[in-house]
Amino acid sequence: MRVMAQMSMVLNLDKCIGCHTCSVTCKQAWTNRSGTEYVWFNNVETRPGQGYPRTYEDQERWQGGWTLNKRGRLQLKAGSRLKNLATIFSSPKMPSIQDYYEPWTYDYEILTTAPLQQHTPVARPKSLISGKDMKITWSANWDDDLGGSEHLSADPVLAKVSDKVKLAYEQTFMFYLPRICEHCLNPACAASCPSGAIYKRAEDGIVLVDQDKCRGWRKCVTGCPYKKVYFNHKTGKAEKCTFCFPRVEVGLPTVCAETCVGRLRYIGLMLYDADAVLEAASVATDHELLESQRGVFLDPFDPSVIREAERAGIPRDWIDAAQRSPVWALINTYKVALPLHPEYRTMPMVWYIPPLSPVVDVVQETGEDAEAAGNLFAAIDTLRIPVEYLAELFTSGDTAPVTAVLKKLAAMRSYMRDINMGRDGDPSIPAAVGMTTHEMEAMFRLLAIAKYDERYVIPSAHAEQAHNLEELATECSLDYEGGPGMGGSGPFGEGSGTGTPLAVESFRTLKERQTSDTATDLNEPGARVNLLNWDGRGTPPGLFPGPGDPPDHSESDRGTPDRGTPDSGAHGTEPKP
Amino acid sequence: MTTSLDVVLWVVIPYVCLVVFIGGHVWRYTYDKFGWTTRSSQLYESRLLRWGSPLFHFGILAVFAGHVIGLAIPKSWTDAVGISETAYHVVAVGTGLLAGLATLVGMTLLIYRRRTTGPVFSATTRMDKAMYLLLATVIMLGLWNTVGSSLLSLSGEYNYREGVSLWFRGIFTFQLHPELMAAAPLSFQAHGMAAMAIFALWPFTRLVHVFSAPLFYLWRPYVVYRAKSDRFGARAARPGWDRSEQTRR
Repeated sequence: MRVMAQMSMVLNLDKCIGCHTCSVTCKQAWTNRSGTEYVWFNNVETRPGQGYPRTYEDQERWQGGWTLNKRGRLQLKAGSRLKNLATIFSSPKMPSIQDYYEPWTYDYEILTTAPLQQHTPVARPKSLISGKDMKITWSANWDDDLGGSEHLSADPVLAKVSDKVKLAYEQTFMFYLPRICEHCLNPACAASCPSGAIYKRAEDGIVLVDQDKCRGWRKCVTGCPYKKVYFNHKTGKAEKCTFCFPRVEVGLPTVCAETCVGRLRYIGLMLYDADAVLEAASVATDHELLESQRGVFLDPFDPSVIREAERAGIPRDWIDAAQRSPVWALINTYKVALPLHPEYRTMPMVWYIPPLSPVVDVVQETGEDAEAAGNLFAAIDTLRIPVEYLAELFTSGDTAPVTAVLKKLAAMRSYMRDINMGRDGDPSIPAAVGMTTHEMEAMFRLLAIAKYDERYVIPSAHAEQAHNLEELATECSLDYEGGPGMGGSGPFGEGSGTGTPLAVESFRTLKERQTSDTATDLNEPGARVNLLNWDGRGTPPGLFPGPGDPPDHSESDRGTPDRGTPDSGAHGTEPKP
Repeated sequence: MTTSLDVVLWVVIPYVCLVVFIGGHVWRYTYDKFGWTTRSSQLYESRLLRWGSPLFHFGILAVFAGHVIGLAIPKSWTDAVGISETAYHVVAVGTGLLAGLATLVGMTLLIYRRRTTGPVFSATTRMDKAMYLLLATVIMLGLWNTVGSSLLSLSGEYNYREGVSLWFRGIFTFQLHPELMAAAPLSFQAHGMAAMAIFALWPFTRLVHVFSAPLFYLWRPYVVYRAKSDRFGARAARPGWDRSEQTRR
């Protein structure tokens, strides 16, 4: 047994209202940059729908994930390692920008510069790829809320159940599916990467791309069946969801979870047996995958697991966090969370509580009591369409686990209604789904009213590991690649050359810069002008520092009373190198 | 008779290019790992790339192999194995022609694609353009050497294995023969000079991706783990930051 900890997430789809707040905040935090205009580390899809990029779930077309070869061994669906290398010069199964969408902006300037005319000027859409005028035809959520439109026919998941599905208006159903990187236990993107740049962090299982090692072979884009590794077309490197590791390391939830309006995301640790992953991902039939993945998880309360975890160097507070993990409770204790597309055999670690709402809606439309346990149970059994669709998403087509989850949710709804109405809870309702009243109430608490610290149980990274964390100022601040003065974009195209590590601009210098009256901090060689303080008039000294310019004190105007004279001020008291 | 011009052209310039080639790569790798990429434009256009890129790359790999055989292996070795001059010539010209044509067709497709596809063209740097120009020159001169000189014997019989190859090996063994290059046909001289120019430019272009050929992929485990600490033995602690003996497991 080799115990490893995995930071993982559960999303309760019943609560998702499709507001896209997670997508927007994620984009602002991570992909609001040149080259990643089309990239959404987090996106929200309307289901049924084609998804983003279009029809990404059709693995016969895109060849993502793993498959069993003739000898029953796990192999990348895109082919053997040799084939992977042989097709390196033109990755054959990579979605084009049109499969995502052509990103655009608007010609806003025309709104203020247009001459007086009869009609209001219009800001025309301009492609961010070619720079030319374009017609907007698709985007990351183009089929948003179109639960019954013609776009649906291209949904690969729907295609699997389609002979029973009539897209008649009365029979449509719709729900939202927010997606981030799955941070799989058996990541196909990492396995596809010829350079070995994609790695799984041993501490928390977060899958990251080493930007310095990535050579832009694009194999990960094919390898990931969820199409959650993206190619930055400006830097020529792969990028993906980082599980907001800088936040998670200090105990904060990811941006998407933090800003989720519906509070539907849960973050916590799962302990798992790393030695058992390969075997679990290689089971013979797709229907066994859900149980085999559950079998990989380790009970954090089991003394032998705790002993092995400690032996593997997992800190005690991480084990405590694994015991309090809401993800563990939802996946294992209550068994209401299911993985997305287990048939890709990547052992995904972002799980979903399937929505009961399509069923409730149908019962409601018939005029029956949509919160009575009997009505809901009957509906789950008879309403094949939503259940089979959910099964194609979460259990590779096996309806039994989905039905079991939906019945638990229906039972909870029914049982808790009695209690909320001031009546006694009917213990036969939880019993019908194999739960006690106590368990039912605890599950209700977790799903309905769990507070911030119950939804996000994130142990922070350890201080004794701090030195090894990236970009901490525990070493000489000039001791980084390239040394002083090596920042900026290099001559080999956009994004080349090393940037200035964050830690070099320390807290003190940042404060100094933000509160100083002068545009230039002239006490440092190679000082830069703080353009936020520059009024745009004239050229303050240091705006264009020449090579080896000596710091010039005489011209600087730092006459603020609290800072003293230039020579005896804050700068004067600081140690100089 | 070697003039000082010959020495500059065929001794000084080769060594300068060699130093720039090696030093440039060391410098680039040290300071610009982030810029070290193929800078793929497949996201913009893949229809032409699907044909052009493999044609060019497999072609140029074959051309490289041909150059290794032609330049690095002395004539005496192939003679010793019993390969006759005619047999060698036929095989070398035949495969060289095939590989050279594949490279040329691939490169034509790629340059056409780069010029006509708007987004690809706007993603082309000045360095790229200079590199394409040089690379095209080298490839066409090389192909001319195969077709014009070796196949059609336009400039008389010239056996590069007794001229260019000796000079080339001499650079690495410090047995300098500028006079051999001075005596070579003009097209061979031009090919060599253009090649040296591209070697000097190499580390500063996207050609660096050649040295990232990920052959290691065939042997490494599928999933790479990395640890911040040395917990799983994935990475040793940095010097001076070892754990004390008592807490180490």
